[in-house]
Amino acid sequence: MADTTASYHQTEPGKRNKRVAVMLAGVAAGMVGLAFASVPLYQLFCQVTGFGGTTQVASENPKGVIARDMKVRFDVNIDRALDWTVTAAAPITDQIGRVDTVNYIATNNSDKPVTGQAIFNVVPEKAGYYFNKIECFCFTEQTLQPGETVEMPIVFFVDPDIDENRELDTIKEITLSYTFYASDSEGS
Amino acid sequence: MANTANLEAHATGHGHASHDHHTPTGWRRWVYSTNHKDIGIMYLVFSIIAGVIGGLLSGAMRMELQEPGIQIFHGLAAMSYGLEGDAALDAGKHMFNVFVSAHALIMVFFTVMPATMGGFANYFAPLMIGAPDTAFPRINNVAFWLLPPALLLTVLSMFFEGPAGALGFGGGWTAYPPLSTSGHPGPATDFVIFSLHVAGVSSILGAINLITTILNMRAPGMTLHKMPLFAWSVLVTAFLLLLALPVLAGAITMMLTDRNFGTTFFNPDGGGDPILYQHLFWFFGHPEVYIMILPGFGIVSHIVATFSRKPVFGYMAMAYAMVAIGFVGFVVWAHHMYTTGLSLDVQRYFVAATMVIAVPTGVKIFSWIATMWGGSITFRIPMLWAIGFIFLFTVGGVTGVVLANAGADRALHDTYYVVAHFHYVLSLGAVFSIFAGWYYWYPKMFGYMYNEFLGKLHFWVMFAGVNLIFFPQHFLGLAGMPRRYIDYPDAFALWNRVSSIGYYVTFVAMIIFFYATWEASRKKRPAGDNPWGDGATTLEWTLSSPPPFHQFSTLPKIESKDAH
Repeated sequence: MADTTASYHQTEPGKRNKRVAVMLAGVAAGMVGLAFASVPLYQLFCQVTGFGGTTQVASENPKGVIARDMKVRFDVNIDRALDWTVTAAAPITDQIGRVDTVNYIATNNSDKPVTGQAIFNVVPEKAGYYFNKIECFCFTEQTLQPGETVEMPIVFFVDPDIDENRELDTIKEITLSYTFYASDSEGS
Repeated sequence: MANTANLEAHATGHGHASHDHHTPTGWRRWVYSTNHKDIGIMYLVFSIIAGVIGGLLSGAMRMELQEPGIQIFHGLAAMSYGLEGDAALDAGKHMFNVFVSAHALIMVFFTVMPATMGGFANYFAPLMIGAPDTAFPRINNVAFWLLPPALLLTVLSMFFEGPAGALGFGGGWTAYPPLSTSGHPGPATDFVIFSLHVAGVSSILGAINLITTILNMRAPGMTLHKMPLFAWSVLVTAFLLLLALPVLAGAITMMLTDRNFGTTFFNPDGGGDPILYQHLFWFFGHPEVYIMILPGFGIVSHIVATFSRKPVFGYMAMAYAMVAIGFVGFVVWAHHMYTTGLSLDVQRYFVAATMVIAVPTGVKIFSWIATMWGGSITFRIPMLWAIGFIFLFTVGGVTGVVLANAGADRALHDTYYVVAHFHYVLSLGAVFSIFAGWYYWYPKMFGYMYNEFLGKLHFWVMFAGVNLIFFPQHFLGLAGMPRRYIDYPDAFALWNRVSSIGYYVTFVAMIIFFYATWEASRKKRPAGDNPWGDGATTLEWTLSSPPPFHQFSTLPKIESKDAH
């Protein structure tokens, strides 16, 4: 009986303890890994489901037009670090499914070429899944020369499947919002 | 089990293994300690010190909120920054947020967790399962000594620049970006992040040590299903720590690189999303609240059984209720995020999953009541705290079910109703379980008995005080008072005043607590091996009080059917 304790520290149980500890440390390391893996997974999840107002990209509207109107409003915000003036396009009301083109107008107020990048989402966020962009200035970075003014087109349509989503039955308006950042700021 | 009582006498004099020939003395005994009981005591002392700091911070907040307008903090800011007028006022407003953030961090990471998973778990889990020590005594030492520097980092953060021109981190314990990234360019936030890293490593090491101990070192015959409920609660909690804390570590590491190295995990400028931080934080943060309360469940189970002189009702259901709470606790995190634009179906899921937690929690509450039912109850001090715990935790649980509803949460989100809710489960629930454990095990840990009257006085004054603080905050929340604000309209004056008076009452209770502890250490009334009588059946009561430096050199054999 008396040497039961000694065996605890010297033989078999010591090894067993180490094995359990290594396994548990592996679990902890795995959870750190999962935390970082969540970054690309979350992005994928948002793109697939339109979560958080992430919009969709399409090349055309294969589903036709339906007899329900949707008003689309446009909004713009500009980061303090970017010396641009951007005017949003006017609201447009059209049948759901119709492909429309609108223009944002951007001016570089500074005296050197500036590259900007626009980030976007839509409200209500659940409509993001149905908001398809065929062409958008936000797909790429835009470089404006000093004092230059450009028209920046968006070609989009609202997916007719929106009509089948009961949560969005009462929605008559979708707002597409852009925030412009200087892309040579910290972070690129 | 009583036959193990006298096996310890010979173990004290001479060590049992070659490396233990002498017992270290003086400061070496503590600083180099690999003894689970000494480390447990150090954790408890650390927790008390941190609790005093955190409690004083909340005192400043309650004094400020005692009346409408700004009374205290512009003066504090004037003293510490040398500012005057409106500048002092602005700095004071920020300072209030700094106090809120530091109070939360200190109470969560440096008071409750060290007391339950550091102090009581280290001291009593090995005793209850009949182990001579923990599996990795040196890791145990490292885990403890990581905590003081972590606390120091949090306290230091209050004295470094946070937002431009102001000191300290004011982003709350949740530290959401962008406030904690672009909103706090100074190093204060980095101090907080490092503090959480260090505290997290400490907790993960402690969790690995405790899990290994409980899985591998139970005495012969002590199967998992005969293990005392406190050991069960420690096992479940350690797994929660192991799974949740690394996610926090990952999230705050991303924040650190966002802040300092130009990554954009949470920065929309580069394609990131601040909401992702909230998901990661609450994936940690929700299990974290169970980490704080589960060891309390274990402690209260033993106390209720001891002072009802009955085995705990529904042992298996009690053990697996804790496992169930642990599991479900990982899939309800977005109930903290109802206002972030989740789709209705996602909200429906999180409402339902959150409410499901009420089922195993109810199993526990009703089993405690059933344990008392028909028992021969004595209202000794630990029992008072345990019953107080059951009552207050139930109040907090009920408001939790209210808040689980996404619809109601729209109105109550970030109001004092939420503050009242989580203080009822933590400040009143978890803290009452800690005091219950303190008064239950004090005679075992120190060998002396405290004054019964002082203990009861502490309980009743504290019970009145904390209820005075937090019950009126339900009314304030329902009336729409937002949390984390330094000022409020006159309409909220009455209940804020009552709440502040409650703080002073609680302050008196804490003075009684310190006096009672001092008195017990002066009077040195010997407690005896088991002051609680037949009801106290777990293994620690078979040892001397305090237990020998090394116990169970001959392992106890568990034959009794109901070891718990």
